[in-house]
Amino acid sequence: MTENAILAAGIRKNYGEKRALDGFDLAVPKGAVYGLLGPNGAGKTTAVRILTTLVRLDGGRAEVAGIDVATRPRQVRRRIGLAGQHAALDEVLTGRQNLRMFGRLYHLGKKRAAARADELLERFDLVEAADKGVKEYSGGMRRRLDLAASMILAPDILFLDEPTTGLDPRGRNEVWEAVRALVAQGTTVLLTTQYLDEADQLADHIAVLDRGRVIADDTPDALKRLIGGDRIEVVVRDPATLPATAAVVARVASTEPHIDETAARVHAPVTDRVAALTEVARTLQDDGIAVEDIGLRRPTLDEVFLRLTGHTADEEEKKKA
Amino acid sequence: MTALTKTPADETLRERFRWAVADCWTIVLRGLTHYIRQPSNIAWQLGFPIVSVLLFGYVFGSAMSVPGGGDYREFLMPGMFGMTMAMGFMNTSYVVVYDSTRGVTDRFRSMPMAPSAVVTGRGVGDLIAATVDLTVLALTALAIGWRSSGGVLGTLAAFGLLLLLRFSLIWLGVLLGLLVPNEEAAGSLFALAFPFAMISSAFVAPSLMPDWLGTIAMWNPVSATVTASRELFGNPAAVGDTWVEQNALLMAVIWPIVLTAIFLPLAVRRYQHLSR
Repeated sequence: MTENAILAAGIRKNYGEKRALDGFDLAVPKGAVYGLLGPNGAGKTTAVRILTTLVRLDGGRAEVAGIDVATRPRQVRRRIGLAGQHAALDEVLTGRQNLRMFGRLYHLGKKRAAARADELLERFDLVEAADKGVKEYSGGMRRRLDLAASMILAPDILFLDEPTTGLDPRGRNEVWEAVRALVAQGTTVLLTTQYLDEADQLADHIAVLDRGRVIADDTPDALKRLIGGDRIEVVVRDPATLPATAAVVARVASTEPHIDETAARVHAPVTDRVAALTEVARTLQDDGIAVEDIGLRRPTLDEVFLRLTGHTADEEEKKKA
Repeated sequence: MTALTKTPADETLRERFRWAVADCWTIVLRGLTHYIRQPSNIAWQLGFPIVSVLLFGYVFGSAMSVPGGGDYREFLMPGMFGMTMAMGFMNTSYVVVYDSTRGVTDRFRSMPMAPSAVVTGRGVGDLIAATVDLTVLALTALAIGWRSSGGVLGTLAAFGLLLLLRFSLIWLGVLLGLLVPNEEAAGSLFALAFPFAMISSAFVAPSLMPDWLGTIAMWNPVSATVTASRELFGNPAAVGDTWVEQNALLMAVIWPIVLTAIFLPLAVRRYQHLSR
């Protein structure tokens, strides 16, 4: 087996006139957790579908676990797990029946499929609901069962396509914890997401995807450094004091402070973090400006995206809608 | 030379076949588990034919006549069996669209299972379900006085032809299930299934319809199966003197072959189209 769990070189995929992937390159080392980040329509799902043998590629080359996806799809299928955008489950069957069915289709045999189902129910905290119909499951429980189903063979590489889309915060946390547990066991994970904080939370590498190609590929911290250092942020009680506050912030900031009227907020990049914070806090107090909140924060991945593509993830989505 | 290349290939082929059968059976079991977990589904599926029997047999029945004589209810029962088989493809479509909209089809396709099992399992499962449907309907028919005078062989042959029609329409069901976008659209396939089943000899002899409609009805595959099964059951068949009506038994075999020859390749192509 090669060093890379996933290798994509110049993948092209067209849907009619539309270029879904246009020279997609990616190298995911074994044991890594890669986040594939991008707005709707950037090509994330197409990339996952090609790598999981669901869709043929038009050009380029893809290897998963060192095996060519296009020529030996059956071999690839023995080594991967996929949890797609929907919880791909039979809702009439119980959780246990679902896992047993998929286990038998993975050719585990009746006994081993049953034993594996029990193991996974335990691991994903679904023992109590095991014999209830999936229909009665909450969104988070469905995703957990879906993850369990994708783990039946203990795959080398796990693909998660927007694993928390449509979940409430609680369900999201449930899924995040399940994913972290898998990662701790050394599974290589490629996950796609349009939630920037999700990539930040789970991934140790992030590839930013825009219009069918990877435009940045680095650690979350390095990506943040890419757009400059930390920022100081002040929220004032009275929006009328915003100009005065901006003037104070400007003294320590490395560029012109940005004023956000609706949030009554002033923020600006700073170099000497602690000195800037103490200076601003003291001056504002001396000047009698009432402060709601003051702090230093690292830039968000949203800002990274804006910096890299010239547009925010939201804008892209609005254009589509 | 040949020995070198042949042995492993044969192994793989046999193994593949074994898994194709095993995976097919796993999918069949899944379908049967659905019936066990939702027994009310059988009642819903049979509700329509049973209500139709009551409606046609008792409400319209007195106004119905069978050309050439014979009891209308005797005439009606094979028609009801045929209608149920003809409309069964909607169940197939429904399950296919359910699986593809929920990503279950994609999960199957990303797994190392035999790709054919998704369809063969569907087919075998549907035939088992259709056999259960026919059994319940036959018992209902017996209860309201229908009898087969065709002997054991003739009766079995008639049921066999009915199942053959259901089998040949599985591929149409798979194809439509892959073409429609969602479950609601699958439900509206009723608008297709209803005239397909009704514009036939199932309830009224085609000779009593306007000429053009009668001709369509005569050539409807459902008519061939229904008329053939009437003849085999020894029920009044009200056969006209056109060639297609005179050769219902032959057509009841030919039509399913033709339907399979058309829709099986189309369904397979559509399934392969998923990976485009």
